[in-house]
Amino acid sequence: MPPDYVGKVVIDNLPLLLEGFWITIWLSILSSLISLVLGTVIGVARIVPFRPLRSFGTVYVEFFRNTPLLIQLFFFYHGLPRAGITFSAFESALWSLAIYHAAYVAEAVRAGIQSIHRGQMEAARSLGFSYLATMRYIILPQAFAIVIPPLGNLFIALLKNTSLASTIAVAELLYQGEVLDSRTFRTFEIFTAVGILYLCLTLPLGGFVNLVERRLARAGRGA
Amino acid sequence: MKRLLTFFSWVILLSLALGLVAGCGPTPVPPTPTKAAPTKAPEGTLLRKIQDRGKLILGVKYDVPLFGYLNPQTNQLEGFDVALGKEIAKKIFGDETKVEFKQAVSKDRIPFLQQDVVDLIISTMTITEAREKEIDFSEVYYLAGQSLLVPKGSPIKSIADLEGRTVASVKGSTSEKNIREKAPKANVILFDSYSECVTAMVGKRAEAVTTDDIILAGFASQNKDLTLVGGLFTYEPYGIGIKKGNKELVDLVNGVIRDLKASGRWKEIYTKEIGDKAGIPAPVPPIGDWREIMKSAPK
Repeated sequence: MPPDYVGKVVIDNLPLLLEGFWITIWLSILSSLISLVLGTVIGVARIVPFRPLRSFGTVYVEFFRNTPLLIQLFFFYHGLPRAGITFSAFESALWSLAIYHAAYVAEAVRAGIQSIHRGQMEAARSLGFSYLATMRYIILPQAFAIVIPPLGNLFIALLKNTSLASTIAVAELLYQGEVLDSRTFRTFEIFTAVGILYLCLTLPLGGFVNLVERRLARAGRGA
Repeated sequence: MKRLLTFFSWVILLSLALGLVAGCGPTPVPPTPTKAAPTKAPEGTLLRKIQDRGKLILGVKYDVPLFGYLNPQTNQLEGFDVALGKEIAKKIFGDETKVEFKQAVSKDRIPFLQQDVVDLIISTMTITEAREKEIDFSEVYYLAGQSLLVPKGSPIKSIADLEGRTVASVKGSTSEKNIREKAPKANVILFDSYSECVTAMVGKRAEAVTTDDIILAGFASQNKDLTLVGGLFTYEPYGIGIKKGNKELVDLVNGVIRDLKASGRWKEIYTKEIGDKAGIPAPVPPIGDWREIMKSAPK
């Protein structure tokens, strides 16, 4: 076997890359979950008939959607310790990813809710449902079905954005790729492998989103 | 007609004002008279390309005080590497201003040469066997050594105290490799630049930053709460990086470096760019092949 066949450097160092791969997966799952919960709350807050809450939702979305994620990451990691609050590198990445993407989740959820005809709200209220009960049992279940495709795209974006955590020394996939590259100079092979590993995550996720979308479209026609 | 006239008078006024402002600016310093630029290099060489282009393109650091530093107060690049680049431009063109600087962080240095983004890399780059397979180096223009930067009063006094502690360095640097070898029980975290490492240490993300002493001295001279400990635990011979297969350019660069060392100009540049700022007297410039120099390095 030739000493340096193409891809050898990747095979030899696969454990290191996979270590980063797992951290990327964990970071994606945890920040997706937090952003889903947080984003739903903010999204609902943006349409409730209570002005201070609506204003809060608007300010949140506009603030976090209109500042670069990298800045938020640096703020959490480098900035907050100066104020006496220290999150670990992983926690900094987790929270900034969650907070940033929650703004987008909120917008998707708000659009979903507003796409449900207001007559449904009026009908439920006239039947004696409270506002919150109407939201919980009538509006949100329908809204979520509509919102799933845009949320899927959002979580694919979130997954790719986890690579920014490499700048604050979170040992995720890109970080391990950069470390390996600096030791071996096999830049082409290493970053090809890193790209493929990201595809191993994003392609199935994209396929899943398409599947759900088709199911929902069929369910919509059947109704 | 009247509007046209008004328009033209505005144009004239404006150009007068602009001319006045330009006239008030600092008068350009006349270039120091030097001997005429040398004759052109053979067709097809990189040196000829540089001569035809009329300027030298150099990759330097922008964030390393004393070597390659974009001074935010003056918006000027300064430092030993920058001054050295100007000396090379002076040799090629007889004019040290015929030079364009590009920022080259550690991991960009070799790709920038291989992709012809820059002609030379003068970017605090240590000569190593591995890098010599990728690019050519000039002879040693500076001998640095790896050390530790810590907050004043830190319990870390030398490399032996790093066990179980977090030390920051830069992705793709020799310092990263060295610290893993010399302090295998330290927890090494990596960033894209040294300023990020120092920021992380000031934010208590790391307890020490490790790289070449002179880079650390630059940060220490800016932040009085930081200090160097532990002396040198490696030698880092700095060389100018040149794309492979450009012997005429290597020879020219080596000629400049040798002249600077022999004429005493090397010490002048050192004192101006490093010594006066960091409080270090000029050492004897490193002489000889880098492999010879490394033989006397601390074990």
